[in-house]
Amino acid sequence: MTTPTPRVTDLRVALFATCFNDTMWPETPKATVRLLERLGCRVEFPLEQTCCGQMLTNTGYAAEALPLVRRFVDVFGDYDAVVAPSGSCVGSVREQHPMIASSAGDTGLEGRVEQLRPKVYELSEFLVDVLGVTDVGAWFPHRVTYHPTCHSLRMLRVGDRPLRLLRAVRGIELVELPGADECCGFGGTFAMKNADVSIAMGSDKARHVVETGAEVLVAGDNSCLAHIGGILGRERSGVRRLHLAEILASTEEHPA
Amino acid sequence: MSTTTPPVGPGEAAYGSTTRTAAEPTGGPVQQTSATFVGMPTFPDAARTALANTQQRRNLHNATHTIRAKRAHVVAEVPEWEALRLAGAEAKDEALTHLGEYLEQLERTLTAAGAVVHWARDAAEANQIVVDIVRAKEVDEVVKVKSMATQEIELNEALEAAGINAWETDLAELIVQLGHDRPSHILVPAIHRNRSEIRDIFTREMGKVGRPAPSDLTDDPARLAEAARLHLREKFLRAKVAVSGANFAIADTGTLVVVESEGNGRMCLTLPETLISVVGIEKVLPTWEDLGPMLQLLPRSSTGERMNPYTTMWSGVHVGDGPQEVHVILLDNGRTHVLGDRLGRQALRCIRCSACLNVCPVYERTGGHAYGSVYPGPIGAVLNPQLRGTASAIDQSLPYASSLCGACFDACPVRINIPELLVELRGTVAQQGGHRAESAAMKAAAWVLSDPKRLAGAQRAATTAGRIIGKRTIRSVPGLGAWTNARDLPTPPTETFRQWWVREHGSEQGTEGDER
Repeated sequence: MTTPTPRVTDLRVALFATCFNDTMWPETPKATVRLLERLGCRVEFPLEQTCCGQMLTNTGYAAEALPLVRRFVDVFGDYDAVVAPSGSCVGSVREQHPMIASSAGDTGLEGRVEQLRPKVYELSEFLVDVLGVTDVGAWFPHRVTYHPTCHSLRMLRVGDRPLRLLRAVRGIELVELPGADECCGFGGTFAMKNADVSIAMGSDKARHVVETGAEVLVAGDNSCLAHIGGILGRERSGVRRLHLAEILASTEEHPA
Repeated sequence: MSTTTPPVGPGEAAYGSTTRTAAEPTGGPVQQTSATFVGMPTFPDAARTALANTQQRRNLHNATHTIRAKRAHVVAEVPEWEALRLAGAEAKDEALTHLGEYLEQLERTLTAAGAVVHWARDAAEANQIVVDIVRAKEVDEVVKVKSMATQEIELNEALEAAGINAWETDLAELIVQLGHDRPSHILVPAIHRNRSEIRDIFTREMGKVGRPAPSDLTDDPARLAEAARLHLREKFLRAKVAVSGANFAIADTGTLVVVESEGNGRMCLTLPETLISVVGIEKVLPTWEDLGPMLQLLPRSSTGERMNPYTTMWSGVHVGDGPQEVHVILLDNGRTHVLGDRLGRQALRCIRCSACLNVCPVYERTGGHAYGSVYPGPIGAVLNPQLRGTASAIDQSLPYASSLCGACFDACPVRINIPELLVELRGTVAQQGGHRAESAAMKAAAWVLSDPKRLAGAQRAATTAGRIIGKRTIRSVPGLGAWTNARDLPTPPTETFRQWWVREHGSEQGTEGDER
């Protein structure tokens, strides 16, 4: 396996860290920056960014999310590409922002959302589709299983892009997760409002993870990982959770 | 015969409009919650009870995974599946967009073919029409074809109150009826039962209402089916009146269609002298040609079969062949209310295939009873709060009974975007202001998130907590029991990404110091 030649691109790439990663999982956006820079991108982090508003929208407060939609197009509108290490937040931008703008009857905003939408990428989409790489020069010598999160799978249709990226990681032992395409039960506020069902779903997911014998569970969303990882932790299962970006950024010099 | 006017007339422009305006009517009245489901606990409460039923968990897991695999297999072998889904959705949308016109056409074609058409605004009217017809025939029993519409209006209970026995003849409905139980699935109402439970129900109950089960009955599926067949046969041969629903009602030919697997429907639809069909107004299809895609979509989506075993179609009365008196009751019961919602009306495309139930990770674990309606699962979570409104605790909780995983939308043969509808309905519930603490929390979150400085301030609280907690694991937090009862909480970091970025790059934004 060879390390790809860094692709120097002239794209103005903005990192949308997402509020959840920014606050709770800073290693993920840091890894995203390291990875993208290693591949030759010039990454900017507009400090005016906050949140996509998904939690508000999905809980029934779409009107409260409207200022966040405006902010999102204000902050990111001028970039060539916006990359986020979260399938769920990108799903919200691409699928929900148009609906929120339309419900507000703001045609100007609708137009700007429509223009920006196709330029917003989940990390694996950006790597495979825009940069055209699957071997990102990563090294991660561990037994790993991958959970495809629902919004990556069924909203963004990222398909096997994350798996193609993971398969090219040097040293990795990738094992298939049984029932991989079934929801883990996180579901945003669902995890609190329907905690019992959420935990029933999460326990089954955690059991499947443990069954694989993997040391590390990887996914493209830290929210789902917080839920499954929370159950794995409570069970003292000895399985570590890591975001896809952190494995792809991992090298001999800077191992994850 | 009681006959009322059509609930919707031609020229109901709002149904075809694509933008919501203040002038758009809200549709007809909502459905009254039926006696069985009044005062139902909220979904999370009912789910908690259901999750503790270990036998049911196992039964549901086995059944849903079996049907799921069968469906996936037979759908994958149709290369034009997506085109079929589009055709199905289009036919339904055409019917719904001009519902008044197609219903009036259906009334004309049915009447011309010798059927008597009745219009029922709600459950009470529909039930009264059925009771009046049965009484006029001077009989005290009817045989029934499995029908969601009659479940919805609780026709059996209304008939019982009028001294008329209604015998369910679908195997699973028979199990539910004999077990004094409620259906928990649209297609397989006894999905929550396994075969040994069914054997016990048959042995205990059959003799009370007709031919008893054989004394040596085992839980062998063939023996159970044979016991049901013998029990039902005498009822088929004796009954003078049958009651059915319809899967489709074709406007241009006046044809009703019933799709079933056991042949019990065929018996009911051909043997008795009088046939009464209760048909939801959204069942109308514009033309005979529209049936083609439907008969391809429905069996593969519902039972995972390539072709449906028994498909019975009839247009009014044929002298000397089949029922000589044919009644069709067109039922509104909240449907025009749903039709009044631009986005929500797509739920009326539903052909009751149950694919969304079978793929749903929530339904798979809770079963159908927790949904407080004869329509459980994802489609129930969007249909009930629309048909019945969102006044009750259960209907307010149903839009939240989903992790929004999207498996239902992928499986739906008529492309009902259930996650989108769930989110829309959550908005309706939130606007009612039912959850004060949640509303306050969401508004506070919106305030914080609308300004990066406020977000940074809130983040400082998190990183302070992160420094105090250090490397310890958070196993319990007052007020967060819903999370921490079974899950560790992630420990906040000591530095946010934003702080790291500023430390590394200054407050400029580019990695190479370029200014925006």
